[in-house]
Amino acid sequence: MSWFIQTCTSSLGKKYIMAITGLMLGGFLLVHAAGNSSIFWGRSAFLSYAEHLHSLGPLIPVAEIILLSIFLLHVITGITLFLQNLQARADRYAVSKPAGGRTWGSRTMPYTGAAILLFILMHLFNVHFIEHNLPIADTVNAVLSRPFYTHLYAAGMTVLALHISHGFWSLFQTMGINHPRYNTLIRIGGYLFTGLIIAIFLFIIFLLLFSPGYLM
Amino acid sequence: MAAKKIAITVKVWRQTDQKVKGSLETYSLSDISTDMSFLEMLDVLNDQLTMEGKEPVAFDHDCREGICGTCGAVVDGVAHGPERETTLCQLHMRHFDNGQTICIEPFRAKAFPIIRDLIVDRSAFDRIIAAGGFVSVNAGSAQDGNNTLVAQHRAEQAMDAAACIGCGACVAACPNAAAMLFVSAKISQLALLPQGHAERKMRAQAMVTIMDNEGFGNCGNERECENVCPKGISIRNIARLNREYLRATLAANE
Repeated sequence: MSWFIQTCTSSLGKKYIMAITGLMLGGFLLVHAAGNSSIFWGRSAFLSYAEHLHSLGPLIPVAEIILLSIFLLHVITGITLFLQNLQARADRYAVSKPAGGRTWGSRTMPYTGAAILLFILMHLFNVHFIEHNLPIADTVNAVLSRPFYTHLYAAGMTVLALHISHGFWSLFQTMGINHPRYNTLIRIGGYLFTGLIIAIFLFIIFLLLFSPGYLM
Repeated sequence: MAAKKIAITVKVWRQTDQKVKGSLETYSLSDISTDMSFLEMLDVLNDQLTMEGKEPVAFDHDCREGICGTCGAVVDGVAHGPERETTLCQLHMRHFDNGQTICIEPFRAKAFPIIRDLIVDRSAFDRIIAAGGFVSVNAGSAQDGNNTLVAQHRAEQAMDAAACIGCGACVAACPNAAAMLFVSAKISQLALLPQGHAERKMRAQAMVTIMDNEGFGNCGNERECENVCPKGISIRNIARLNREYLRATLAANE
């Protein structure tokens, strides 16, 4: 077992953890976006989707615990990397200029990560840690019909897009996949993945703002 | 193109030793020939400082033809200055304008402590190489030529990785002060050739362990390193290191 712990605590091991948990969270996002797209088919489709999910019974808390573990692993490893990297250059440069490699996504990775954490907490307090005496369609409608939340959710999606724009390519590089033959595919795949997920969520957000009775 | 004379202002990091905090000092230079290299410009500055009875600027240099990896400083925020795939000694003053202010700082990383002014201690790289950047199998006497075939593209990639001169610009440019490009180049040049295969697992684990112990940061795939590398080493090598380390840790010894 010691080799396993040694690998996980090495610099490369922590990157593997970020990549694998990031991929899993990306998978969750895709499923979440696909499930939520049932909203496009109206109130009854959305409620039926929610009902089907809840009929899974004991599988739900199990899935929640697995998701929470993956998420915590991603966050804690991310914070560890962030602090170690700050330490690795204790004295900053007086003049610092990007040499052409960094992108908006890559340079803001820890900060977009922190913002996404706050966003997810807000989202959970809106739809999860509440009294479940209303149908979920009414809860979602109540939140997203208010422009204040539209702004917050749209901002959250923008930050998420920025985070994935670096994370998607980065996870392939970390897992050792970098070859001229596949690099274009990975880049385009990253744009499509990010674009698809963000488009679904943004569409729902604005649909419920501009058409308040849509889920009634 | 005939050489011109330019006047510049340089802000140079001065620091007497590792413990004393340094600062940027400003000096004016006139009559700098545009045919001079950056280090020759520093030589002129040091002449001037010596004549004024001041301490000259300490900076590392050796071959001055871009192949030894001894020189290096961060010029206006970019390691080895604004020219791509160029060491500091091969950077010429013709790339700077008359009247320009140039900021010169040492490579900064916890693993590269400043010895004096622009000189940093890069012996952490030596310790990484000593951990596994070599082939030590006793292979006996030389076999016939062409017994072990090496595909041309692999030989080319090994040579590309072997072009690394160990200057440390990758660490200097990395926002996280990671040494991944250096270590990956040293791992790749051996992992790609048959001679390196016998010890590849030991090599990947030993070199990464020392890299971590020396206090380098973690790779964030920011790609700054390959953009400042004077030898144009690609981050494809970092992906290869990621594979080598994964293979070394997951696969058991038979």
